[in-house]
Amino acid sequence: MAGNQSKHIWALVKKDFLLEVRQQYTFYGILLYVASTIFVLYMAMGEGPEEKVWNGLFWMIQLFICINAVAKSFLQESRGRMLYFYTIAGARDFVLAKLIFNLVLMMLMSLVSLLLFQLFLGNPVHNPLKFIGIVCLGGCSLSLVFTFLAAIAARAQQNAALMAIMGFPLIIPQILLLMRISNAAFADVIQAGLTSIVLMLIGLDIMVVALAVILFPFLWKD
Amino acid sequence: MRQYWWKILCIVLLLYTFTAGFLVKVPEIGNLYQTIRNLFFHVPMWFAQLVLITISLVYSIMYLRNPQAKYDLYALQFVQTGTVLGCLGLVTGMIWANYTWGTPWNNDPKQLGVAIALLIYLAYFVLRNSMTDLDKRGRVAAVYNIFAYFIYIPMILILPRLVESLHPGGKGVEGNPGLNGGDLDPTMRLVFWPAVLGWTLLGVWITTLYLRMKALEEKKHAH
Repeated sequence: MAGNQSKHIWALVKKDFLLEVRQQYTFYGILLYVASTIFVLYMAMGEGPEEKVWNGLFWMIQLFICINAVAKSFLQESRGRMLYFYTIAGARDFVLAKLIFNLVLMMLMSLVSLLLFQLFLGNPVHNPLKFIGIVCLGGCSLSLVFTFLAAIAARAQQNAALMAIMGFPLIIPQILLLMRISNAAFADVIQAGLTSIVLMLIGLDIMVVALAVILFPFLWKD
Repeated sequence: MRQYWWKILCIVLLLYTFTAGFLVKVPEIGNLYQTIRNLFFHVPMWFAQLVLITISLVYSIMYLRNPQAKYDLYALQFVQTGTVLGCLGLVTGMIWANYTWGTPWNNDPKQLGVAIALLIYLAYFVLRNSMTDLDKRGRVAAVYNIFAYFIYIPMILILPRLVESLHPGGKGVEGNPGLNGGDLDPTMRLVFWPAVLGWTLLGVWITTLYLRMKALEEKKHAH
């Protein structure tokens, strides 16, 4: 049964990737969104804001990118197609596949935006390897929460605005923890309690996945 | 008597809160002076809000297990009263902060906690109103309610460790995000806990009144 389930999930993830490759406009659309947002930011800020400002701007931009990248993931599926997936794979497999796909997509976008930030807004990061790790972790955390909220918003037939008002208060713990650990990458000194914060973040992510798996079947039952 | 003993208890407790709360001898701590009496009004409202949203969570879970329209209505009304109490708790806290900490808004983790709760539950109302199909509305709202609650509770445990606090206990206060019991004088505790119970019961009472009003309205429309 477990093997069967993972096969289903894999097939659904592959379907999403294939769709992304075939209809390239969505992928490039998000990429362009990332690039133009950061470019506008650069025009508004000028080069090289302070470390703290850089950090805050970086994570805020991640939030907006995440909303745009993830919002369409449930909206693009038509009602008939949902019913089809529901009968062949089950709701749990479906939501896990979406979570995995969005996680990979968001991680990629986070890395691209990090690169662009370095290019346009200077490089205050002292510890690049650590910061890349933090960015990946942050991309994961954001994408998990927003994927589930996208499912809710899609069910309510609403746009990204509803996702934002639902998501911003809920994302605060993750954002605060991320800001805290990314400060570690700006300083040469090793901060105490860093591992516990990282573990807390991973714990939150696991909880979000668990909630999504438990609650999603109720959301899509018709 | 069986039906309304708790309403009498609520009135008695709140009368006690208002008389003892203003008359009891309070310890002098720092620059608090007599404003410490606000503890009997401001903090219990917060507690009552948490209790009410927890009741709402229970009804949301019950709705998902057994979709009956009344469970959905209960969940909504408990959140509504909880939000009103949260607003009152925030305002009383801000007035207090204005006199003791200098400004009404201090970026304090507990203030942030209430503000976030208000944002979360206002989003809940917007989400509900965006749907017209009753069955779907109930289900989606219940799912969001449960999801939000389970993110909110860890958040109010994490926040005090990350943000500097002016509340008793200060930064990194372990476990209890609402109150540092050690600072409470025994006589104050005698007023505080009845006040918590009283305000919570008042919240429940208001909610049941709303629920009965809704039921009557529905009856009127049914005819």
